[in-house]
Amino acid sequence: MKRFADLFLTLDQTTSTSARVAALATYFATAPEPDRLWTIALLSGRRPKRTVTTTQLRTWAAERAGIPLWLFEESYPIVGDLAETIALILPPPGATTDHSLSHWIDSIRALAPLPEDDRKAAILDAWDSLTPPQRFVFNKLITGGFRMGVSQKLMTRALSRATGIDEAELAHRLMGDWTPDSHSFASLVTAPDPTANLSRPYPFCLAYGLETPPEDLGPPEDWAAEWKWDGIRGQLILRAGEHFLWSRGEELITHSYPEFARAADFLPDGTVIDGELVAWTDGAPLPFNALQKRIGRKSVSAKLLREAPVVLLAYDLLEEGGQDIRALPLEDRTARLRRLIAPLPADAPLRLPPAIAFTDWAELHALRDTSRDNAAEGLMLKRRAAPYREGRRKGDWWKWKIDPLTIDAVMIYAQQGHGRRANLFTDFTFAVRDGDALVPFTKAYSGLTDAEFNKITAWVRQNTLQRFGPVRQVKPHHVFEIAFEGIQESSRHKSGVALRFPRMSRWRHDKPASEANTLDDLKDMLRTYG
Amino acid sequence: MADPLLTFTDEGIYCPQGDFHIDPWRPVDRALITHGHADHARPGHQSYLATHAAAPVMRHRLGDIRLETIGYGEARVQNGVSVSFHPAGHVPGSAQIRVEHRGEVWVVSGDYKVVNDGLSEPFESLRCHAFISECTFGLPVFKWQPQDEIARQINGWWAENAASGKTTILGAYALGKAQRLLCMLDPAIGPILTHGAVENTNVVLRGQGITLPDTTLVTPDLKRGNHPGAIVLAPPSALGTPWARKFGPASDGLASGWMALRGIRRRRAADRGFVVSDHADWEGLNSAIRNTGAERIFVTHGYTEIFRRWLEEQGYDARIVQTAYEGEAADPAEAPE
Repeated sequence: MKRFADLFLTLDQTTSTSARVAALATYFATAPEPDRLWTIALLSGRRPKRTVTTTQLRTWAAERAGIPLWLFEESYPIVGDLAETIALILPPPGATTDHSLSHWIDSIRALAPLPEDDRKAAILDAWDSLTPPQRFVFNKLITGGFRMGVSQKLMTRALSRATGIDEAELAHRLMGDWTPDSHSFASLVTAPDPTANLSRPYPFCLAYGLETPPEDLGPPEDWAAEWKWDGIRGQLILRAGEHFLWSRGEELITHSYPEFARAADFLPDGTVIDGELVAWTDGAPLPFNALQKRIGRKSVSAKLLREAPVVLLAYDLLEEGGQDIRALPLEDRTARLRRLIAPLPADAPLRLPPAIAFTDWAELHALRDTSRDNAAEGLMLKRRAAPYREGRRKGDWWKWKIDPLTIDAVMIYAQQGHGRRANLFTDFTFAVRDGDALVPFTKAYSGLTDAEFNKITAWVRQNTLQRFGPVRQVKPHHVFEIAFEGIQESSRHKSGVALRFPRMSRWRHDKPASEANTLDDLKDMLRTYG
Repeated sequence: MADPLLTFTDEGIYCPQGDFHIDPWRPVDRALITHGHADHARPGHQSYLATHAAAPVMRHRLGDIRLETIGYGEARVQNGVSVSFHPAGHVPGSAQIRVEHRGEVWVVSGDYKVVNDGLSEPFESLRCHAFISECTFGLPVFKWQPQDEIARQINGWWAENAASGKTTILGAYALGKAQRLLCMLDPAIGPILTHGAVENTNVVLRGQGITLPDTTLVTPDLKRGNHPGAIVLAPPSALGTPWARKFGPASDGLASGWMALRGIRRRRAADRGFVVSDHADWEGLNSAIRNTGAERIFVTHGYTEIFRRWLEEQGYDARIVQTAYEGEAADPAEAPE
């Protein structure tokens, strides 16, 4: 654990990307193979199954530290991280030991069948034999949420440097539903069997937002445009008579969308399609909240299947006849995709999104202005000659979103953030006016600068009216412009509406609370855009 | 029933019997000052009383004030109230103020730490009936490591930077913390440069006979290349500015009690955070309070609500006093300590 905790400290102690990659590359080159494998797993969001609850951890830590539980609970939101709070609060360790990362992970996993007393004894023993930084890492292994300031992209780069394997190839090898139990370091990274992992998806190609006018992109004939749908990015895989559906978050979501069980009736084996999952009826997409009801369900009722049937709007073909065709230009890939999808019957769960033809940028500007009427968030621009690249990169794919909707709202509740935002008020609830009353309608967490968060934090501390646990009710004074992508009716919210992607776009220092927008304004927006 | 010996008014802590204030935040006639930090020693009072050792910094900061000075442990009696100043261990010259009237003793802690930093006069434990205490770090997650250990960490980091051709920039509060760090540095590693805000305090402290290591002030015409392997002491606000970038390849760090929290460390985005505070940690606060023997505790700034509840559970009559001292500043790393 010392080696891993040292790596963690090194990554934590530098703000330089190259120093982080170098530290990680050294680790990948020198750590024992099982530890390397687990490190890849942890840094790509995989973690051992939880065998101890966080309530147990809090209770045992407070007991070991000799403090009442309430004092622990009060300290936690200030530290902003449970694993760290525990590491800080425990008394110094006794005799420390040095076992490997995999050793500790195995020992955590071995707790599952044990009675609670034994689990407790094991955790207390572990705490007592680890240094504070190691304890923090150990607690993180249990609680999850391991962020080390290293994205999957940086991790892949470091692994590439340590192994000499091409970065793009590695990114592909690390995709899919592998676990450190199903694989060794060799079978995952250095010598994978290409036929062993049928369900493995390709890394998604991701786009940046367009910050300059599209005119800067060059001749319009080099570019293809599509509507940008508000759905779930998905990759449909048909291999060896089976089908798999992946979300962009690399979650296998096959069973949530039984519509695609029929995909094999329509499409040949060895096909991989990239597209957008949307709820769809009568030739048009339903609002996102229809799709929301389908997310995360293990089984789907017949009623829900009727109400919110899902299709894949197919926009790219990555594998054809079992061949990886990502290196072909977009134009060739989409031509092949059209040949595959166009003949399908109307009830097939895949369809081609409507084509957008344009000859000059002015025409496209005008089309983009009709995005909302087309149930789209804007346009996607893709370079016709570009291959399908992996990860987020600039140059070939751009999101050209429409301007968000906005409303001016009053801040009424504030809560402290976690992690990097610990000890800072960053999570706010906003209200619109309704006569003399204030009706809460949304929360928002992002959009302000660090300096603005500092400023509002100082204000919140001095203007708290009431506390409800970690939530502070504040004087209704500050007005913020809330930007959002869509608005829907919702019975779950007091205000009757739910917003899509709300964030703070501007601090309206110029507006008193008495001039914030009203519930009627909000309802008007619902009628117009809902 | 007679008035309590010390009361809490809109101006600050007030002694009706002796007719004086302690660390008031609004202008008063007679102000007893625990130490020279801006939130405790404010301008505008008719007269000031502080320790000999606190006076030079106060004069430097507040200009031409009517300031009388007093030695540690020396008693002044006014209208039957005896007042004396005792080391608080916070920064050089800092004091707790002891107030006694007809056998009843109250102590105002100001800011304090109980460990000896080698620079400030070490904290003196005073018996009293009522203790008015800060609790900036009044949570059990705050536990300071021994100063030797921190010195080892800072010097190790500095030596490593020097070896790889980088300048080391260490951000710390300019009055007290920076000088404490100066004394922890190993001058064998390289030259020590200072930002003007730090050097101003150095000059004042050296002027009153405090020995500090040799330092070189960073001026606009200083040839930065002539000082390879240097460490630069600067206020935290100087980090990441064009001034700091002129040193070329550099590693920067912050020294503050708040660096104990990873979230704050990451937010400040310095390369390193060293946990060094001039306030008492959890154990320090608890032991200081225990050792006063006081039954009544007033907590002034910091995590007052939590700490008060904890003290009450320990059997104290504990209350919160609203003050203008900066326990919960918006950006904690910038707060004076």
